[in-house]
Amino acid sequence: MEKLLKILSSIKQDVDFQKEEGLFQKGIFSSLDMVYLVVGIGNEFGIEIDPEDITIENFDSAQRIMKLIERYKGK
Amino acid sequence: MARIVTDYLDHTAETYPDKPAFIDRKRSISFRELQNEAHHIASEIIALGLWKQPVVVYLNKSVECIAAFEGVTYSGNFYSPLDTKMPPERIHKIIDRLKPSAVITDSEHKSEAEEFSEGAHVILYDEAQKNAINYEGIENAKNRIIDSDILYVLFTSGSTGTPKGAIISHRGIIDLMGWATHDLGFGHDTVFANQSPFSFSFSVFEIYQTLKHGAITYITPEELFAQPARLMHYFNDNNADTLICVPSLLQMLSQLGVLEKIHVNSLKNIFFGGELFQMKYFNRWRREYPNVRFMISFGPTEVTDTCVYYEIKRHFRDDEVLPAGITCSNKDCFILDESNRLITEPGILGEMCVRGSGISYGYYNDPENTAKAFVQNPLNTSYPEIIYRTGDLVRYNEYGEFVYVCRKDFQIKHKGIRIELGEIEAAVSSFSEIEDCCCLYDSERQRITLFYTGKIDRSDLDSKLKVLLPDYMIPRKYVQLEIMPHNMNGKIDRPRLKEYMKEEGF
Repeated sequence: MEKLLKILSSIKQDVDFQKEEGLFQKGIFSSLDMVYLVVGIGNEFGIEIDPEDITIENFDSAQRIMKLIERYKGK
Repeated sequence: MARIVTDYLDHTAETYPDKPAFIDRKRSISFRELQNEAHHIASEIIALGLWKQPVVVYLNKSVECIAAFEGVTYSGNFYSPLDTKMPPERIHKIIDRLKPSAVITDSEHKSEAEEFSEGAHVILYDEAQKNAINYEGIENAKNRIIDSDILYVLFTSGSTGTPKGAIISHRGIIDLMGWATHDLGFGHDTVFANQSPFSFSFSVFEIYQTLKHGAITYITPEELFAQPARLMHYFNDNNADTLICVPSLLQMLSQLGVLEKIHVNSLKNIFFGGELFQMKYFNRWRREYPNVRFMISFGPTEVTDTCVYYEIKRHFRDDEVLPAGITCSNKDCFILDESNRLITEPGILGEMCVRGSGISYGYYNDPENTAKAFVQNPLNTSYPEIIYRTGDLVRYNEYGEFVYVCRKDFQIKHKGIRIELGEIEAAVSSFSEIEDCCCLYDSERQRITLFYTGKIDRSDLDSKLKVLLPDYMIPRKYVQLEIMPHNMNGKIDRPRLKEYMKEEGF
Protein backbone atom coordinates (compact mmCIF):
# COMPACT_ATOMS: atom_id res chain seq x y z
CA MET A 1 0.00 0.00 0.00
CA GLU A 2 2.79 2.38 0.84
CA LYS A 3 4.34 1.98 -2.58
CA LEU A 4 1.00 2.77 -4.18
CA LEU A 5 0.46 5.84 -1.99
CA LYS A 6 3.86 7.08 -3.05
CA ILE A 7 2.89 6.81 -6.71
CA LEU A 8 -0.43 8.55 -6.11
CA SER A 9 1.09 11.47 -4.23
CA SER A 10 3.82 11.89 -6.82
CA ILE A 11 1.05 12.62 -9.33
CA LYS A 12 -0.96 14.85 -7.03
CA GLN A 13 0.26 16.31 -3.77
CA ASP A 14 -1.82 17.33 -0.77
CA VAL A 15 -4.53 14.69 -1.18
CA ASP A 16 -5.33 12.20 1.57
CA PHE A 17 -5.35 9.11 -0.61
CA GLN A 18 -6.06 6.86 2.39
CA LYS A 19 -9.55 8.33 2.58
CA GLU A 20 -10.32 9.94 -0.76
CA GLU A 21 -12.76 8.25 -3.14
CA GLY A 22 -13.99 9.16 -6.62
CA LEU A 23 -10.48 10.05 -7.76
CA PHE A 24 -11.53 10.50 -11.38
CA GLN A 25 -15.19 11.41 -10.91
CA LYS A 26 -14.30 14.28 -8.62
CA GLY A 27 -11.60 15.49 -10.95
CA ILE A 28 -8.73 14.88 -8.52
CA PHE A 29 -7.05 13.08 -11.40
CA SER A 30 -7.41 14.05 -15.03
CA SER A 31 -7.74 11.48 -17.79
CA LEU A 32 -4.09 12.01 -18.67
CA ASP A 33 -3.07 11.03 -15.13
CA MET A 34 -4.34 7.52 -15.91
CA VAL A 35 -1.23 6.97 -18.02
CA TYR A 36 1.16 7.93 -15.22
CA LEU A 37 -0.81 5.83 -12.80
CA VAL A 38 -0.90 2.70 -14.96
CA VAL A 39 2.71 3.04 -16.11
CA GLY A 40 3.86 3.82 -12.55
CA ILE A 41 2.01 0.84 -11.10
CA GLY A 42 3.22 -1.42 -13.90
CA ASN A 43 6.85 -0.55 -13.20
CA GLU A 44 6.61 -0.65 -9.43
CA PHE A 45 4.65 -3.91 -9.11
CA GLY A 46 5.85 -5.66 -12.22
CA ILE A 47 2.37 -6.19 -13.66
CA GLU A 48 0.69 -5.36 -16.93
CA ILE A 49 -2.88 -4.16 -16.52
CA ASP A 50 -5.29 -5.16 -19.29
CA PRO A 51 -6.92 -2.11 -20.96
CA GLU A 52 -10.38 -3.54 -20.18
CA ASP A 53 -9.51 -3.24 -16.47
CA ILE A 54 -8.51 0.42 -16.79
CA THR A 55 -11.83 1.87 -15.66
CA ILE A 56 -12.66 4.71 -13.31
CA GLU A 57 -14.36 2.21 -10.98
CA ASN A 58 -11.16 0.17 -10.58
CA PHE A 59 -9.21 3.39 -9.99
CA ASP A 60 -11.79 5.06 -7.78
CA SER A 61 -9.70 4.99 -4.57
CA ALA A 62 -6.36 3.72 -3.25
CA GLN A 63 -8.19 0.70 -1.78
CA ARG A 64 -9.78 -0.18 -5.10
CA ILE A 65 -6.49 0.19 -6.96
CA MET A 66 -4.77 -2.01 -4.39
CA LYS A 67 -7.44 -4.68 -4.92
CA LEU A 68 -6.77 -4.58 -8.64
CA ILE A 69 -3.02 -4.88 -8.12
CA GLU A 70 -3.50 -7.85 -5.79
CA ARG A 71 -5.72 -9.55 -8.35
CA TYR A 72 -2.94 -9.27 -10.90
CA LYS A 73 -0.22 -10.38 -8.52
CA GLY A 74 -2.27 -13.44 -7.63
CA LYS A 75 -2.50 -14.46 -11.28
CA MET B 1 -23.07 29.94 -50.30
CA ALA B 2 -23.02 30.98 -46.69
CA ARG B 3 -22.57 34.71 -46.03
CA ILE B 4 -22.77 34.46 -42.25
CA VAL B 5 -22.50 31.40 -40.01
CA THR B 6 -26.24 31.16 -39.24
CA ASP B 7 -26.80 30.35 -42.93
CA TYR B 8 -25.33 26.89 -42.20
CA LEU B 9 -27.95 25.93 -39.64
CA ASP B 10 -30.77 27.58 -41.61
CA HIS B 11 -29.83 25.36 -44.52
CA THR B 12 -29.33 22.07 -42.68
CA ALA B 13 -32.44 22.53 -40.49
CA GLU B 14 -34.44 22.80 -43.69
CA THR B 15 -32.67 20.07 -45.66
CA TYR B 16 -32.17 17.47 -42.89
CA PRO B 17 -34.67 18.50 -40.21
CA ASP B 18 -34.86 15.15 -38.42
CA LYS B 19 -31.30 13.94 -38.82
CA PRO B 20 -29.40 13.81 -35.52
CA ALA B 21 -26.83 16.61 -35.38
CA PHE B 22 -25.11 16.38 -32.00
CA ILE B 23 -25.31 13.55 -29.52
CA ASP B 24 -24.06 13.63 -25.95
CA ARG B 25 -24.48 11.26 -23.03
CA LYS B 26 -27.96 12.53 -22.21
CA ARG B 27 -29.64 13.29 -25.52
CA SER B 28 -29.55 13.52 -29.27
CA ILE B 29 -30.58 16.76 -30.95
CA SER B 30 -31.74 17.00 -34.57
CA PHE B 31 -30.97 19.95 -36.83
CA ARG B 32 -34.52 21.29 -36.52
CA GLU B 33 -34.51 20.96 -32.72
CA LEU B 34 -31.13 22.61 -32.59
CA GLN B 35 -32.37 25.57 -34.63
CA ASN B 36 -35.50 25.78 -32.53
CA GLU B 37 -33.60 25.84 -29.23
CA ALA B 38 -31.13 28.37 -30.65
CA HIS B 39 -34.09 30.55 -31.68
CA HIS B 40 -35.42 30.53 -28.11
CA ILE B 41 -32.03 31.62 -26.80
CA ALA B 42 -31.74 34.32 -29.47
CA SER B 43 -35.21 35.66 -28.62
CA GLU B 44 -34.25 35.96 -24.97
CA ILE B 45 -31.11 37.94 -25.84
CA ILE B 46 -32.93 40.16 -28.34
CA ALA B 47 -35.48 40.98 -25.63
CA LEU B 48 -32.62 42.39 -23.55
CA GLY B 49 -31.82 44.80 -26.38
CA LEU B 50 -28.27 43.55 -26.85
CA TRP B 51 -26.41 44.00 -30.15
CA LYS B 52 -22.78 43.09 -30.91
CA GLN B 53 -22.14 42.35 -27.23
CA PRO B 54 -20.14 39.52 -25.62
CA VAL B 55 -22.25 36.68 -24.20
CA VAL B 56 -20.64 33.98 -22.07
CA VAL B 57 -21.80 30.38 -22.40
CA TYR B 58 -21.22 28.65 -19.06
CA LEU B 59 -22.55 25.11 -19.39
CA ASN B 60 -21.13 21.61 -19.04
CA LYS B 61 -20.03 20.20 -22.36
CA SER B 62 -23.31 19.18 -24.03
CA VAL B 63 -25.54 19.63 -27.08
CA GLU B 64 -27.02 22.67 -25.33
CA CYS B 65 -23.67 24.46 -25.70
CA ILE B 66 -24.02 24.29 -29.49
CA ALA B 67 -27.60 25.59 -29.37
CA ALA B 68 -26.44 28.40 -27.07
CA PHE B 69 -23.57 29.36 -29.43
CA GLU B 70 -25.97 29.50 -32.37
CA GLY B 71 -28.58 31.32 -30.33
CA VAL B 72 -26.11 34.05 -29.43
CA THR B 73 -25.14 34.27 -33.10
CA TYR B 74 -28.76 34.51 -34.31
CA SER B 75 -29.25 37.45 -31.95
CA GLY B 76 -26.41 39.43 -33.55
CA ASN B 77 -24.08 39.09 -30.56
CA PHE B 78 -20.97 36.96 -30.09
CA TYR B 79 -20.20 34.09 -27.75
CA SER B 80 -17.35 33.16 -25.47
CA PRO B 81 -17.42 29.65 -23.98
CA LEU B 82 -16.12 29.26 -20.43
CA ASP B 83 -15.30 25.78 -19.19
CA THR B 84 -17.26 24.97 -16.02
CA LYS B 85 -14.14 23.18 -14.72
CA MET B 86 -11.97 26.25 -15.07
CA PRO B 87 -10.45 27.52 -11.80
CA PRO B 88 -12.27 30.59 -10.39
CA GLU B 89 -9.19 32.88 -10.65
CA ARG B 90 -8.98 32.29 -14.37
CA ILE B 91 -12.70 32.88 -14.82
CA HIS B 92 -12.38 36.20 -13.00
CA LYS B 93 -9.47 37.29 -15.19
CA ILE B 94 -11.46 36.46 -18.32
CA ILE B 95 -14.59 38.25 -17.09
CA ASP B 96 -12.51 41.34 -16.28
CA ARG B 97 -11.35 41.48 -19.90
CA LEU B 98 -14.52 40.42 -21.62
CA LYS B 99 -17.07 42.35 -19.55
CA PRO B 100 -19.94 40.19 -20.85
CA SER B 101 -23.45 41.61 -21.18
CA ALA B 102 -25.09 38.25 -20.55
CA VAL B 103 -24.25 34.75 -19.33
CA ILE B 104 -26.11 31.66 -20.50
CA THR B 105 -26.07 28.90 -17.91
CA ASP B 106 -28.30 26.32 -16.19
CA SER B 107 -29.74 25.97 -12.72
CA GLU B 108 -26.78 23.80 -11.64
CA HIS B 109 -24.30 26.63 -12.33
CA LYS B 110 -26.59 29.57 -11.66
CA SER B 111 -25.09 30.72 -8.37
CA GLU B 112 -21.51 30.55 -9.67
CA ALA B 113 -22.56 32.47 -12.78
CA GLU B 114 -24.29 35.13 -10.72
CA GLU B 115 -21.22 35.45 -8.56
CA PHE B 116 -18.74 36.03 -11.39
CA SER B 117 -20.96 37.82 -13.90
CA GLU B 118 -20.89 41.15 -12.04
CA GLY B 119 -24.28 42.45 -13.02
CA ALA B 120 -24.53 40.83 -16.47
CA HIS B 121 -27.89 39.28 -17.32
CA VAL B 122 -28.00 35.62 -16.35
CA ILE B 123 -30.08 33.56 -18.78
CA LEU B 124 -31.15 30.06 -17.77
CA TYR B 125 -31.16 27.73 -20.76
CA ASP B 126 -34.29 25.79 -19.75
CA GLU B 127 -36.22 28.91 -18.82
CA ALA B 128 -35.44 30.50 -22.18
CA GLN B 129 -36.93 27.46 -23.94
CA LYS B 130 -40.36 28.31 -22.49
CA ASN B 131 -40.57 31.75 -24.06
CA ALA B 132 -42.09 32.59 -27.44
CA ILE B 133 -39.72 32.79 -30.39
CA ASN B 134 -39.33 36.27 -31.84
CA TYR B 135 -39.00 35.31 -35.53
CA GLU B 136 -39.15 38.88 -36.73
CA GLY B 137 -36.41 39.98 -34.36
CA ILE B 138 -34.18 37.09 -35.49
CA GLU B 139 -34.80 37.88 -39.15
CA ASN B 140 -33.91 41.54 -38.56
CA ALA B 141 -30.75 40.60 -36.69
CA LYS B 142 -29.61 38.25 -39.47
CA ASN B 143 -30.09 40.98 -42.04
CA ARG B 144 -27.99 43.40 -40.02
CA ILE B 145 -25.06 41.03 -39.30
CA ILE B 146 -22.16 41.31 -41.73
CA ASP B 147 -19.46 38.71 -42.24
CA SER B 148 -16.76 40.83 -40.61
CA ASP B 149 -18.73 40.93 -37.33
CA ILE B 150 -17.38 38.95 -34.39
CA LEU B 151 -18.58 35.35 -34.11
CA TYR B 152 -16.71 34.33 -30.96
CA VAL B 153 -13.91 35.26 -28.58
CA LEU B 154 -11.75 32.37 -27.35
CA PHE B 155 -9.33 32.82 -24.49
CA THR B 156 -5.86 31.33 -24.76
CA SER B 157 -3.30 31.30 -21.99
CA GLY B 158 -0.80 34.10 -22.26
CA SER B 159 2.80 33.47 -21.23
CA THR B 160 2.38 36.02 -18.44
CA GLY B 161 -0.58 34.10 -17.03
CA THR B 162 -3.25 36.57 -18.15
CA PRO B 163 -5.63 35.00 -20.68
CA LYS B 164 -5.88 36.68 -24.07
CA GLY B 165 -9.22 36.68 -25.92
CA ALA B 166 -8.70 36.09 -29.65
CA ILE B 167 -11.48 37.65 -31.74
CA ILE B 168 -12.75 35.55 -34.66
CA SER B 169 -15.26 36.75 -37.26
CA HIS B 170 -17.97 34.95 -39.22
CA ARG B 171 -15.76 35.23 -42.25
CA GLY B 172 -12.87 33.52 -40.45
CA ILE B 173 -14.99 30.41 -39.85
CA ILE B 174 -16.59 30.40 -43.30
CA ASP B 175 -13.12 30.69 -44.81
CA LEU B 176 -11.76 27.81 -42.68
CA MET B 177 -14.77 25.60 -43.36
CA GLY B 178 -14.41 26.11 -47.10
CA TRP B 179 -10.86 24.85 -46.86
CA ALA B 180 -11.77 21.95 -44.52
CA THR B 181 -14.51 20.75 -46.86
CA HIS B 182 -12.27 20.91 -49.88
CA ASP B 183 -8.94 19.65 -48.57
CA LEU B 184 -9.85 17.48 -45.59
CA GLY B 185 -12.84 16.00 -47.40
CA PHE B 186 -15.39 16.16 -44.57
CA GLY B 187 -19.01 16.13 -45.66
CA HIS B 188 -22.57 15.01 -45.08
CA ASP B 189 -21.60 11.40 -44.25
CA THR B 190 -18.87 12.23 -41.77
CA VAL B 191 -19.32 10.86 -38.24
CA PHE B 192 -17.19 12.89 -35.85
CA ALA B 193 -16.22 11.80 -32.35
CA ASN B 194 -15.34 15.03 -30.59
CA GLN B 195 -12.59 15.34 -28.01
CA SER B 196 -11.64 19.03 -27.77
CA PRO B 197 -13.40 21.12 -25.13
CA PHE B 198 -15.56 23.82 -26.76
CA SER B 199 -13.35 26.46 -25.16
CA PHE B 200 -10.54 25.15 -27.41
CA SER B 201 -10.28 26.42 -30.94
CA PHE B 202 -9.83 22.91 -32.41
CA SER B 203 -13.51 22.12 -31.71
CA VAL B 204 -14.68 24.48 -34.48
CA PHE B 205 -14.16 21.69 -37.02
CA GLU B 206 -16.74 19.32 -35.56
CA ILE B 207 -19.16 22.12 -34.71
CA TYR B 208 -19.14 23.95 -38.03
CA GLN B 209 -18.57 21.03 -40.38
CA THR B 210 -21.58 19.36 -38.78
CA LEU B 211 -23.69 22.51 -39.10
CA LYS B 212 -22.52 23.15 -42.64
CA HIS B 213 -23.00 19.69 -44.12
CA GLY B 214 -25.57 18.06 -41.90
CA ALA B 215 -22.94 15.64 -40.59
CA ILE B 216 -23.07 14.14 -37.09
CA THR B 217 -20.96 14.77 -34.01
CA TYR B 218 -20.77 12.50 -31.01
CA ILE B 219 -19.71 14.56 -28.01
CA THR B 220 -17.59 11.92 -26.31
CA PRO B 221 -18.30 11.74 -22.55
CA GLU B 222 -15.22 13.10 -20.82
CA GLU B 223 -14.72 10.23 -18.37
CA LEU B 224 -14.11 7.87 -21.30
CA PHE B 225 -10.78 9.55 -21.99
CA ALA B 226 -9.41 7.89 -18.85
CA GLN B 227 -10.78 4.49 -19.89
CA PRO B 228 -9.05 3.27 -23.05
CA ALA B 229 -11.08 0.12 -23.76
CA ARG B 230 -14.43 1.80 -23.15
CA LEU B 231 -13.38 4.70 -25.37
CA MET B 232 -12.54 2.39 -28.27
CA HIS B 233 -15.85 0.54 -27.80
CA TYR B 234 -17.64 3.90 -27.85
CA PHE B 235 -16.05 4.77 -31.20
CA ASN B 236 -16.99 1.36 -32.55
CA ASP B 237 -20.57 1.40 -31.25
CA ASN B 238 -21.21 4.76 -32.90
CA ASN B 239 -19.37 4.01 -36.14
CA ALA B 240 -17.20 7.08 -35.62
CA ASP B 241 -15.07 7.67 -38.69
CA THR B 242 -13.31 10.93 -37.89
CA LEU B 243 -11.33 11.69 -34.80
CA ILE B 244 -10.10 15.25 -34.23
CA CYS B 245 -7.87 15.34 -31.18
CA VAL B 246 -4.60 16.18 -29.47
CA PRO B 247 -1.76 13.69 -29.97
CA SER B 248 -1.55 13.05 -26.22
CA LEU B 249 -4.85 11.13 -26.45
CA LEU B 250 -3.49 8.93 -29.24
CA GLN B 251 -0.21 8.48 -27.37
CA MET B 252 -2.10 7.53 -24.25
CA LEU B 253 -4.12 4.84 -26.05
CA SER B 254 -0.88 3.43 -27.35
CA GLN B 255 0.87 3.58 -23.96
CA LEU B 256 -2.04 1.86 -22.22
CA GLY B 257 -1.88 -1.02 -24.64
CA VAL B 258 -5.35 -0.71 -26.18
CA LEU B 259 -4.23 0.20 -29.68
CA GLU B 260 -3.27 -3.34 -30.67
CA LYS B 261 -6.10 -4.95 -28.69
CA ILE B 262 -9.27 -3.19 -29.87
CA HIS B 263 -9.64 -2.13 -33.48
CA VAL B 264 -12.03 0.65 -34.53
CA ASN B 265 -13.25 -0.62 -37.89
CA SER B 266 -15.14 2.53 -38.88
CA LEU B 267 -12.14 4.85 -38.54
CA LYS B 268 -11.23 6.80 -41.71
CA ASN B 269 -9.66 10.10 -40.63
CA ILE B 270 -7.50 11.18 -37.73
CA PHE B 271 -6.85 14.90 -37.66
CA PHE B 272 -4.54 15.94 -34.86
CA GLY B 273 -2.76 19.04 -33.67
CA GLY B 274 -1.86 21.31 -30.79
CA GLU B 275 1.37 19.62 -29.78
CA LEU B 276 4.09 17.30 -31.01
CA PHE B 277 3.11 13.71 -31.78
CA GLN B 278 6.05 11.56 -30.70
CA MET B 279 7.09 9.68 -33.80
CA LYS B 280 7.32 6.22 -32.27
CA TYR B 281 3.71 6.41 -31.08
CA PHE B 282 2.58 7.81 -34.38
CA ASN B 283 4.21 4.92 -36.23
CA ARG B 284 2.40 2.44 -34.01
CA TRP B 285 -0.89 4.05 -34.99
CA ARG B 286 0.01 3.96 -38.61
CA ARG B 287 0.90 0.28 -38.39
CA GLU B 288 -2.50 -0.54 -36.88
CA TYR B 289 -4.43 1.72 -39.26
CA PRO B 290 -2.63 1.67 -42.62
CA ASN B 291 -5.74 2.86 -44.50
CA VAL B 292 -6.66 5.76 -42.26
CA ARG B 293 -5.82 9.30 -43.42
CA PHE B 294 -3.61 10.95 -40.83
CA MET B 295 -3.63 14.74 -41.02
CA ILE B 296 -1.92 17.40 -38.99
CA SER B 297 -3.41 20.75 -38.08
CA PHE B 298 -0.98 23.52 -37.29
CA GLY B 299 -1.82 27.02 -36.20
CA PRO B 300 -2.99 29.05 -33.23
CA THR B 301 -6.47 30.21 -32.20
CA GLU B 302 -5.57 33.64 -33.65
CA VAL B 303 -5.61 32.44 -37.27
CA THR B 304 -8.98 30.65 -36.84
CA ASP B 305 -7.30 27.51 -35.58
CA THR B 306 -5.38 26.23 -38.59
CA CYS B 307 -3.13 27.92 -41.14
CA VAL B 308 -0.89 25.00 -42.13
CA TYR B 309 -1.82 21.34 -42.55
CA TYR B 310 -0.22 18.12 -43.62
CA GLU B 311 -1.54 14.80 -44.82
CA ILE B 312 1.03 12.18 -43.86
CA LYS B 313 1.86 10.08 -46.88
CA ARG B 314 5.62 9.62 -46.69
CA HIS B 315 7.22 7.17 -44.28
CA PHE B 316 8.88 8.70 -41.22
CA ARG B 317 11.47 6.97 -39.05
CA ASP B 318 11.18 7.06 -35.27
CA ASP B 319 13.97 9.65 -35.06
CA GLU B 320 12.40 12.01 -37.60
CA VAL B 321 10.02 14.88 -36.90
CA LEU B 322 6.71 15.32 -38.69
CA PRO B 323 6.48 18.56 -40.65
CA ALA B 324 3.79 21.13 -39.85
CA GLY B 325 2.89 21.07 -43.52
CA ILE B 326 1.73 23.41 -46.24
CA THR B 327 -0.40 26.53 -46.17
CA CYS B 328 -4.21 26.20 -46.19
CA SER B 329 -6.05 27.79 -49.10
CA ASN B 330 -6.81 31.51 -48.78
CA LYS B 331 -4.19 31.97 -46.07
CA ASP B 332 -0.65 33.14 -46.57
CA CYS B 333 2.03 31.84 -44.20
CA PHE B 334 5.57 33.08 -44.56
CA ILE B 335 8.79 33.22 -42.57
CA LEU B 336 10.48 36.42 -41.46
CA ASP B 337 13.98 36.64 -40.02
CA GLU B 338 14.98 38.89 -37.12
CA SER B 339 15.35 41.87 -39.47
CA ASN B 340 11.92 41.22 -41.02
CA ARG B 341 13.36 39.89 -44.22
CA LEU B 342 11.50 37.16 -46.08
CA ILE B 343 13.08 33.69 -45.83
CA THR B 344 12.44 31.45 -48.82
CA GLU B 345 15.29 28.92 -48.78
CA PRO B 346 15.10 25.68 -46.77
CA GLY B 347 16.83 25.24 -43.43
CA ILE B 348 16.85 28.85 -42.24
CA LEU B 349 15.00 29.57 -39.04
CA GLY B 350 12.55 32.43 -38.63
CA GLU B 351 9.17 33.39 -37.24
CA MET B 352 6.00 32.19 -38.93
CA CYS B 353 3.72 35.08 -39.91
CA VAL B 354 0.21 34.79 -41.31
CA ARG B 355 -2.15 36.98 -43.30
CA GLY B 356 -5.65 36.36 -44.57
CA SER B 357 -9.30 37.05 -43.84
CA GLY B 358 -9.22 34.34 -41.16
CA ILE B 359 -6.78 36.30 -39.02
CA SER B 360 -8.13 37.46 -35.66
CA TYR B 361 -8.71 41.20 -35.21
CA GLY B 362 -6.58 41.01 -32.08
CA TYR B 363 -7.30 40.41 -28.40
CA TYR B 364 -10.54 41.70 -26.93
CA ASN B 365 -10.10 44.76 -24.69
CA ASP B 366 -6.35 44.28 -24.83
CA PRO B 367 -4.63 46.88 -27.07
CA GLU B 368 -1.21 46.18 -25.55
CA ASN B 369 -0.99 42.48 -26.43
CA THR B 370 -2.78 43.13 -29.72
CA ALA B 371 -0.14 45.64 -30.80
CA LYS B 372 2.67 43.17 -30.08
CA ALA B 373 1.37 40.35 -32.27
CA PHE B 374 -0.86 42.03 -34.88
CA VAL B 375 1.38 44.33 -36.86
CA GLN B 376 1.66 46.03 -40.21
CA ASN B 377 3.13 43.66 -42.79
CA PRO B 378 6.77 44.79 -42.91
CA LEU B 379 6.96 43.64 -46.54
CA ASN B 380 4.20 46.05 -47.53
CA THR B 381 4.80 49.80 -47.25
CA SER B 382 2.01 50.86 -49.64
CA TYR B 383 -1.21 50.32 -47.68
CA PRO B 384 -2.40 49.09 -44.28
CA GLU B 385 -2.21 45.33 -44.04
CA ILE B 386 -2.15 43.49 -40.72
CA ILE B 387 -0.30 40.23 -40.25
CA TYR B 388 -0.21 37.97 -37.20
CA ARG B 389 3.20 37.10 -35.76
CA THR B 390 2.75 33.61 -34.34
CA GLY B 391 5.85 33.53 -32.10
CA ASP B 392 6.59 30.08 -33.57
CA LEU B 393 10.04 29.50 -34.98
CA VAL B 394 9.87 27.42 -38.15
CA ARG B 395 11.91 26.55 -41.21
CA TYR B 396 11.27 25.02 -44.61
CA ASN B 397 12.43 21.44 -45.25
CA GLU B 398 13.72 20.10 -48.56
CA TYR B 399 10.11 19.58 -49.77
CA GLY B 400 9.21 23.21 -49.10
CA GLU B 401 7.05 22.23 -46.13
CA PHE B 402 7.03 24.15 -42.88
CA VAL B 403 8.76 22.45 -39.97
CA TYR B 404 8.02 23.66 -36.47
CA VAL B 405 11.11 24.05 -34.32
CA CYS B 406 10.04 25.77 -31.10
CA ARG B 407 8.41 28.80 -29.53
CA LYS B 408 10.44 31.96 -29.86
CA ASP B 409 10.66 32.06 -26.04
CA PHE B 410 12.27 28.58 -25.94
CA GLN B 411 15.17 29.50 -28.12
CA ILE B 412 18.31 29.85 -26.05
CA LYS B 413 21.85 31.03 -26.59
CA HIS B 414 24.49 28.75 -25.15
CA LYS B 415 28.18 29.45 -25.58
CA GLY B 416 27.26 31.93 -28.30
CA ILE B 417 25.39 29.33 -30.31
CA ARG B 418 21.65 29.49 -30.77
CA ILE B 419 19.94 26.27 -29.68
CA GLU B 420 16.33 25.17 -29.92
CA LEU B 421 15.48 23.04 -26.92
CA GLY B 422 12.68 21.40 -28.92
CA GLU B 423 15.25 19.81 -31.20
CA ILE B 424 16.97 18.14 -28.28
CA GLU B 425 13.61 16.91 -26.96
CA ALA B 426 12.73 15.46 -30.36
CA ALA B 427 16.01 13.52 -30.41
CA VAL B 428 15.51 12.22 -26.87
CA SER B 429 11.92 11.14 -27.45
CA SER B 430 12.92 9.14 -30.51
CA PHE B 431 14.40 6.45 -28.22
CA SER B 432 11.89 3.70 -27.47
CA GLU B 433 12.86 3.60 -23.77
CA ILE B 434 11.84 7.22 -23.23
CA GLU B 435 8.29 7.91 -22.06
CA ASP B 436 8.40 11.67 -21.64
CA CYS B 437 11.07 14.36 -21.62
CA CYS B 438 11.58 18.07 -21.20
CA CYS B 439 14.65 20.18 -21.78
CA LEU B 440 15.37 23.38 -19.87
CA TYR B 441 18.21 25.84 -19.92
CA ASP B 442 19.74 26.58 -16.56
CA SER B 443 20.96 30.09 -17.25
CA GLU B 444 22.50 30.41 -13.79
CA ARG B 445 24.82 27.44 -14.27
CA GLN B 446 24.87 27.89 -18.04
CA ARG B 447 23.96 24.35 -18.87
CA ILE B 448 21.23 22.35 -20.56
CA THR B 449 19.23 20.17 -18.18
CA LEU B 450 17.14 17.26 -19.38
CA PHE B 451 14.26 15.85 -17.36
CA TYR B 452 12.98 12.47 -18.50
CA THR B 453 10.96 9.41 -17.56
CA GLY B 454 11.62 5.94 -18.95
CA LYS B 455 13.73 2.85 -18.50
CA ILE B 456 17.15 4.07 -19.54
CA ASP B 457 20.02 5.22 -17.35
CA ARG B 458 21.79 8.52 -17.76
CA SER B 459 25.03 7.28 -19.25
CA ASP B 460 23.26 5.15 -21.88
CA LEU B 461 21.08 8.09 -22.81
CA ASP B 462 24.11 10.32 -23.04
CA SER B 463 25.99 8.03 -25.39
CA LYS B 464 22.92 7.48 -27.59
CA LEU B 465 22.36 11.23 -27.87
CA LYS B 466 25.92 11.88 -28.91
CA VAL B 467 25.22 9.99 -32.11
CA LEU B 468 22.34 12.30 -33.01
CA LEU B 469 23.31 15.75 -31.75
CA PRO B 470 26.35 18.02 -31.93
CA ASP B 471 28.28 18.31 -28.70
CA TYR B 472 27.02 21.80 -27.81
CA MET B 473 23.45 20.46 -27.79
CA ILE B 474 24.15 17.54 -25.43
CA PRO B 475 22.58 18.11 -21.99
CA ARG B 476 25.12 18.52 -19.22
CA LYS B 477 22.69 17.36 -16.57
CA TYR B 478 20.25 14.44 -16.75
CA VAL B 479 17.43 14.13 -14.25
CA GLN B 480 15.44 10.91 -14.31
CA LEU B 481 11.96 11.41 -12.83
CA GLU B 482 9.43 8.78 -11.82
CA ILE B 483 6.58 10.90 -13.11
CA MET B 484 6.67 13.95 -15.36
CA PRO B 485 4.59 16.82 -13.94
CA HIS B 486 1.81 18.07 -16.25
CA ASN B 487 -0.50 21.08 -16.04
CA MET B 488 -4.28 21.22 -16.49
CA ASN B 489 -4.07 21.23 -20.28
CA GLY B 490 -1.98 18.08 -20.29
CA LYS B 491 1.19 19.88 -21.26
CA ILE B 492 4.45 19.40 -19.38
CA ASP B 493 4.57 21.72 -16.39
CA ARG B 494 7.73 23.68 -17.25
CA PRO B 495 7.44 26.25 -14.43
CA ARG B 496 7.38 23.39 -11.90
CA LEU B 497 10.49 21.81 -13.46
CA LYS B 498 12.20 25.19 -13.36
CA GLU B 499 11.44 25.36 -9.65
CA TYR B 500 12.99 21.90 -9.15
CA MET B 501 16.01 23.08 -11.05
CA LYS B 502 16.44 26.05 -8.75
CA GLU B 503 15.66 24.36 -5.45
CA GLU B 504 17.43 21.07 -5.94
CA GLY B 505 20.32 22.45 -7.88
CA PHE B 506 19.64 19.94 -10.67
